[in-house]
Amino acid sequence: MLMMLSLHFAIAQTLHADPDNGGLKTPAGFGVIVVTPTLGKARHIVAAEDGTLFVKLRQLKDGKGIYMLRDENGDGKADQIKGYDNYGGTGITVYNNYLYASSDSSVYRYAISPGKDPINEKKREVVISGLPYRPVHEAKTITIDDTGKLYVNIGAPSNACQETDRTQGSPGINPCPLLETFGGVWQFDANKTNQKFTDGIRYSTGLRNCVALEWDSHSQQLYAVPHGRDQLNTLFPNLYTDEQNAELPSEEFFQLKKDGDYGWPYCYYDHFQHKKLLAPEYGGDSKTTTGCENKEQPLMAFPGHWAPNDLLFYHGTLFPEKYKHGAFIAFHGSWNRAPLKQGGYFVAFVPFKDGKPSGDWEVFAEGFSGGPEIKSPKDAVHRPMGLAEGPDGSLYITDSVKGTVWRIIYTK
Amino acid sequence: MKKHFFYITICCILLTSAIPLSLAQQEQIDPGKSVYEKHCLSCHQADGSGVPGMNPPLSKVSWVTGNKTKLIQTVLNGISTPLEIDGEVYHNPMPSHDLLSNQQIADVLTYIRSHFGNTANAVTAAEVKKVRGK
Ligand code: HEC
Repeated sequence: MLMMLSLHFAIAQTLHADPDNGGLKTPAGFGVIVVTPTLGKARHIVAAEDGTLFVKLRQLKDGKGIYMLRDENGDGKADQIKGYDNYGGTGITVYNNYLYASSDSSVYRYAISPGKDPINEKKREVVISGLPYRPVHEAKTITIDDTGKLYVNIGAPSNACQETDRTQGSPGINPCPLLETFGGVWQFDANKTNQKFTDGIRYSTGLRNCVALEWDSHSQQLYAVPHGRDQLNTLFPNLYTDEQNAELPSEEFFQLKKDGDYGWPYCYYDHFQHKKLLAPEYGGDSKTTTGCENKEQPLMAFPGHWAPNDLLFYHGTLFPEKYKHGAFIAFHGSWNRAPLKQGGYFVAFVPFKDGKPSGDWEVFAEGFSGGPEIKSPKDAVHRPMGLAEGPDGSLYITDSVKGTVWRIIYTK
Repeated sequence: MKKHFFYITICCILLTSAIPLSLAQQEQIDPGKSVYEKHCLSCHQADGSGVPGMNPPLSKVSWVTGNKTKLIQTVLNGISTPLEIDGEVYHNPMPSHDLLSNQQIADVLTYIRSHFGNTANAVTAAEVKKVRGK
């Protein structure tokens, strides 16, 4: 283990950023290397202890849904790429020498062995099967804490729990029945195989869809940045203008507590008023807070619809001290800000101290979309999706459009 | 000099009054555009390109330019099972828009069939009425 780490340290010393910085813009002192250009519709990514990368794909490429990337010659580029197993999905993580990966209804794991062919798909084990699945907000993000508890996002298959989804004039159902099996984070046991949905407990609720869900081993806390609801303006044109809808509701950054209720679908956050407000489907008028007093508050709030798709707490020593234990968030980028220009499409950094933000957020890596202004998501050349930290402290970012994987190093 | 000034002034008056007029005229010529902007744009986007993985494109898809009955039904009833178009799966539901009038639906469908690179013929309110009545 020690030898492996020192080897990687030696490699990091000889890395050089790509001449065009991988097409991205990063702060002074950082450099970017394209690890691989076109892996497929990439979702989350994880680095094993020896630096081997595993990427989950949403749709199969050449019949495979998990891709392994290895860099044998130490130039930062993947020189060995191999696909495994036959399901699409989002979640991927490493725990106790096992690779865990999720489809939209199951979680599987594979023992990791050293060398060029680290997992054996024929020996995959079912950790959980039969998770609630509907085609909307289907991504089952996973994260595992230090004691082996496995947390799974089960997104709500709905915008705001209306009787008929996304339909003008359809009221919100009260209480929202979806919350019994969706719209929260469920807790399972990472060390047990063949668990059913009913073996898990609902850990936190009122969370529309936590694609960005992460255990922080430093503060020993669970965090999430769910996707806020859409279409305040088109469903309630009398209450919200296009301009208001572009900014609202806020994308909220939460520390998740056991049995915490974060508000969806009844309440949403407004970062101009600094308040949780009652959703219009439940009688809200863009001002009233009645009924939202007991909902959990965010640690930080971002402008609307940026689509946070991964969260990573950085614990490495490669980056300057300010980044240590801070949070990176990949904002996949909006569509529901239309007709106004879109937002997101970058990776943000939030400094942390004692498990809480210690300063404002800032843009860390940008330039993914390939233009200064994105009018329609289809115009984006790349969209930042998954985040991982390598054993040497490099930051890896995946792209959901073409499947580019970037490695960010610090070169000063 | 005086004459010049006169012409410039006339020009300015003509310009300033001509721009808003032509916009208003356009609106009148194309009522489908305003229905589109209010009821469809946020999901299918201003250029009809859609949102990958969520909302399908309206540009150059046979669904839009082909069979009118199926197209009218799409707007009246919505769709809730994911569609696959050119290898991309779209996960959001398409909400029903049966609150729109026959004329509004005809207008918006005529608009999407003749924009975004599409060149199909118009849909009439009578055609929408016939499908709604079924
Ligand atoms: C809430 C988002 C939303 C709104 C608003 C919306 N659509 Fe759709 N539309 C969709 C989705 C999602 C699908 C695909 C449904 C599926 O995959 O289940 C779709 C499918 C379609 C299709 C068929 C597939 C294709 O690509 O051609 C047409 C035509 C269409 N919509 C037209 C319209 C029109 C016209 C309006 C406005 C009157 C509209 N839509 C409003 C989301 C929306």
